[in-house]
Amino acid sequence: MLTFTIRRLLLAVPTLLFISLVIFLLLKLAPNDPMAQVPLTVPPEVKEKMREALGLGAPIHVQYYKWLVQMFWIEPQVLIDHMTGSTFAEGKLRVISWQTRSPVMDIVVQRIPQTLWVVGMAYLVGVLIAIPIGIYSAYKQYSIFDQIGTFISMIGYSVPPFFSGVLMIVIFSVLLGWFPSIYDTTLVVDSWESFGKQLKQMIMPVMVLALQTTAQISRFMRASMLDNLNQDYVRTARAKGLSEQVVVMVHVLRNSMIPVVTVIALGVPAIFGGAIITEQVFKVNGIGQLLIPAIQANDLPMVQTLTFMFAILIVLFNLIADIMYGILDPRIRYD
Amino acid sequence: MTDSAQPSSAPHSQWWDVWRQFKSHRGAMISAVIFLIILFAVMFGEALWPFDATLIDIPARNQGPSWVHPLGTDQLGRDTLARMIRGGQISIAVGLTAMLLALFLGTLVGVSAGYFRRLDGILMRLTDLFLALPLLPLLLVMVMLFREPLSAAFGTETGIFILMVSAIGITSWMPTARIVRGDVLALKEREFILSARSIGTTPFKMILRHILPNVLSPIMVSATLGIANAIITESALSFLGLGFPPDFPTWGRLLFDATDFLQLYPERVIWPGLAISLTVLSVNYIGDGLRDALDPRIRGR
Amino acid sequence: MTIKAILMGAACSFVIAPAAMAERGSDGHLNIIYWQAPSTMNNYLSGGTKEMDAASMVLEPLARYDETGAIVPWLVDEVPTVANGGVSEDLKTITWKISEGITWSDGTALTSADVKFTWEYCTNPDGGCANSNYYEDVVSVDTPDALTAVVTFGVPKPFPYGPFVGGNTNIIQAAQFAECVGAKAQECTTENFNPIGTGPFMVDEFRPNDVITFKANPNYRDPNKPSFATVTFKGGGDATAAGRSVLETGEFDYAWNLQLAPDVLSNMEAAGKGKVISGYGSSVERIMVNLTDVRPEAGDERGTVAKPHPFLTDIKVRKALSMAIDRGLLTEIGYGATGKPTCNVLPAPAIYASSANDACLVQDIAGANALLDEAGYARGGDGIRAKDGVKLSVLYQTSTNAVRQDYQALVKQWWGELGVEVELRNISASVFFGSDPGSNDTFQKFFADVEMYTNNFSGTDPESYMGGWKCDQAPTPDNQWQGNNMPRFCTEAYDALVAEMAVTGDIDKRIMLAKAMNDTLMQAYVMLPITHRSDVSARSNTLEGVRMNVWDTETWNVADWTRAK
Repeated sequence: MLTFTIRRLLLAVPTLLFISLVIFLLLKLAPNDPMAQVPLTVPPEVKEKMREALGLGAPIHVQYYKWLVQMFWIEPQVLIDHMTGSTFAEGKLRVISWQTRSPVMDIVVQRIPQTLWVVGMAYLVGVLIAIPIGIYSAYKQYSIFDQIGTFISMIGYSVPPFFSGVLMIVIFSVLLGWFPSIYDTTLVVDSWESFGKQLKQMIMPVMVLALQTTAQISRFMRASMLDNLNQDYVRTARAKGLSEQVVVMVHVLRNSMIPVVTVIALGVPAIFGGAIITEQVFKVNGIGQLLIPAIQANDLPMVQTLTFMFAILIVLFNLIADIMYGILDPRIRYD
Repeated sequence: MTDSAQPSSAPHSQWWDVWRQFKSHRGAMISAVIFLIILFAVMFGEALWPFDATLIDIPARNQGPSWVHPLGTDQLGRDTLARMIRGGQISIAVGLTAMLLALFLGTLVGVSAGYFRRLDGILMRLTDLFLALPLLPLLLVMVMLFREPLSAAFGTETGIFILMVSAIGITSWMPTARIVRGDVLALKEREFILSARSIGTTPFKMILRHILPNVLSPIMVSATLGIANAIITESALSFLGLGFPPDFPTWGRLLFDATDFLQLYPERVIWPGLAISLTVLSVNYIGDGLRDALDPRIRGR
Repeated sequence: MTIKAILMGAACSFVIAPAAMAERGSDGHLNIIYWQAPSTMNNYLSGGTKEMDAASMVLEPLARYDETGAIVPWLVDEVPTVANGGVSEDLKTITWKISEGITWSDGTALTSADVKFTWEYCTNPDGGCANSNYYEDVVSVDTPDALTAVVTFGVPKPFPYGPFVGGNTNIIQAAQFAECVGAKAQECTTENFNPIGTGPFMVDEFRPNDVITFKANPNYRDPNKPSFATVTFKGGGDATAAGRSVLETGEFDYAWNLQLAPDVLSNMEAAGKGKVISGYGSSVERIMVNLTDVRPEAGDERGTVAKPHPFLTDIKVRKALSMAIDRGLLTEIGYGATGKPTCNVLPAPAIYASSANDACLVQDIAGANALLDEAGYARGGDGIRAKDGVKLSVLYQTSTNAVRQDYQALVKQWWGELGVEVELRNISASVFFGSDPGSNDTFQKFFADVEMYTNNFSGTDPESYMGGWKCDQAPTPDNQWQGNNMPRFCTEAYDALVAEMAVTGDIDKRIMLAKAMNDTLMQAYVMLPITHRSDVSARSNTLEGVRMNVWDTETWNVADWTRAK
């Protein structure tokens, strides 16, 4: 198991480099322009000057090399400086966003709290609701509970958040006035009162996102449970006289978790970028809200850095999923 | 010797059993009927309904449901029912085709990776690569590179349809592949596979007869989620100006356009929302029914 | 002191205008929402409206435009003119006298050296300054004393109010930006996000593309202003949500740029929490007609004057297309009360507006059909007109936007009634308005037959705007497809008018020339103006003192904004 993990980790390095190169080339091919947001009243020759000042004219391989150095050499130094108060990175050129002309990492750090609060929380809530629903509706297949659960989760999945989010705002903000329609990212939680405020502004985006997660994961959980409930080993376990609870919650659950773990693990990286519409509807301004405008403005350094971070997360969570397979099912051996 | 699909020839063929089991699943039967009705309405509705989906009739704008316009009209006086019918053609076609493409790719990669250990590493790295790619720029590049040649070769509509379907299909097969691979890995250690292998079953037959039927349920779930996903992705693409021309209604686009009018004309949101949900729900129940019907352990019960 | 006296005092302050009596910071917190978030506080590095409006909370120019378009002194005592001797007789120098006692928010005095530095900063060739065109032809800025700045132009400037007037050309502090000149300008993150200004507020925290918090500037020149102690300037979301947060839920006090369907907007306003405010600038939604052939078969000369368009070069076709459009109906559906149908590409300021083309306001499909018959285009079996095997089939492109797509659908229907086949195309704004010469989808490359967008000019002088349709302004492969002359319109007569305006100082003559240019373009039907759009914002009922300004930034008088008592 350990050798497997180490080997996978080593393999991840070239994979990540390759991914970063592909992303870089793709973006170079894409027809966007970082000057598109500049108004029409600015003359083209001035735009050309602005473009040059950002260093957009350099050849592709030079740009890529510069990015690599900044990302893997200078940024870690900044991190060390930040933690220890040293001055390794002082005066060195960091990865600068073309839109804001500020270090990309600084912006990412600003965006992480609200992403974790809202999107991360929603995922957690979604998973925690989905697994018991999936288990129960599979165990009592075709019961009323199962039917209603299926119905709600499919509706939840087929309604896009640009609609469900607006619907919630109209009901709970406009008509009832219970929750704010705009998320305040500057709110500092330091008292019970501000914690209450934070809860209030989190509820709607978390619910909208959790609905999607719940719908998806409960479906997979149910399907996987159903598969296993009819296996011979279940019959054997029952015949051995094990209690129903032990049969379902230990034996069946453990085997059913294999495909579900994949779905859950793969969903984690996606939550950082995939919640863009919900973030936009509630003005949460998290990581997703950072990525999409950056793509539209062709802000290469920003997109490059963000997608690379996603790539790291994806490789990491894939690894976690693989290790989980081994733990859940000892027959899947890796050596 | 092999199971040639002849549902009505012998009363006790395998497919007859499947059909009988499917019939006994009430939800699946109702859903199949609803889905067929939707398909029928969408395919033949245009011939039966007098209004054209793109005809603008300004005096009739913003009307609620009436006898002339059963579902009302939009802000330019276009008949909503006609737009729903036209939109359904595109949405369902895109949804089904893209879903099938994604399923095919996902299952192919997943089964190969799970079954052939030598392919596992490279195929899973490929999957990781696709998962890590930012979808939007990928689609942008695809549209930029292939839009003109495809439009020239197949005409604007078909060209963009092919582009849409392949774009959505190519960018959404990865979860299916991961899940299927996980299941295949587990299956491979099962006794019945070991015994099948011991009697010399070829890998091809093994996959077709023993592996595939047993990974059908995660595939079915992926399929139902995939349809919804494809319909919604299509609306997002149209919104970004990458999809069909703007005067082409699709369900996703109708829903998006209506969201701004949520408080003023709530019925405008309901129709496309209902259509998408009904389609997804019915596909889901059909999938459920099929899964049960195809599972030999349940079928006998 | 009795209770009665206190009550009397309170009553007094009600009688006298509350704004005059308000103390600095007494109105607490102000919430502003811009659904596109500012990316920097330095307006010289972006040029975007959102950045300009945000910067205007902190930075100020020497003089600026008020809501009527008149220039008002801001950091100076009076606006220099030829009459008061501030502008030289040869129109080559303008002398600005900074008011006494104006300080930066750090307490140091504003001097003419800051003015000179600002010019140097923006004209540095490596700096990438977005507003350098405002400093065009400036050869020097001299500082005879600490409060006098003399701007010298290389050529006579009939309109010398480009530099240091309006929100595009704010004064920045020399001491703060001294190290940020040239290539360094892009890297000075701290300075660009937290500029020291003379304005009513100073930056507390800047989060790019998310939110800015401001607090009142303790050294602001008027000790009673601003009346708000702190401001949140939130960005992100969409126009609908921004409008809703001011007009329906009352969470925010001011929302910018609400381009929404008119019935949606009036429904929001009906909730009673706020008011929609608007003002007309020079923005015109127009259809540009391409005079060149853009089919791929044209090869390297695709989209250049060397390959004329197969049928749009025929003025009768262009005129027929214009006649078939019902501008009033389009405007009513797309903009309601916040737009006016127009037949001029230069409808504002009012003194420049021509009335020679108003006949186009009436739709005339029969007349257009007759015109096409006369031009020899006959309907084929499929109802599409053709002449000599050339079919009247156009590709109509625009950016992705709900209102624009409604316009497209309607125009398609009308042109269809003429027997003109129309294919619609919408392109993401970030591609369409980008100027990437590698993309075929930019509005400048214009690889379509007609395209639609809005353009305007800043300030009140149309000279450079009207100069955009000279022959040499046409985008071509040689200039990397840059330029504003999208129709590739080119006549000697028009170029002569432009040249004449550049040396004309007399305002009446300038008006005449501007109208003549507008009429030339309109009567050639190379661009079909549709709607004169107003800028639309919303303010809450509890916010007072807002004066909607389309000639400068919307936050130009934020120092005067107060909370209704």
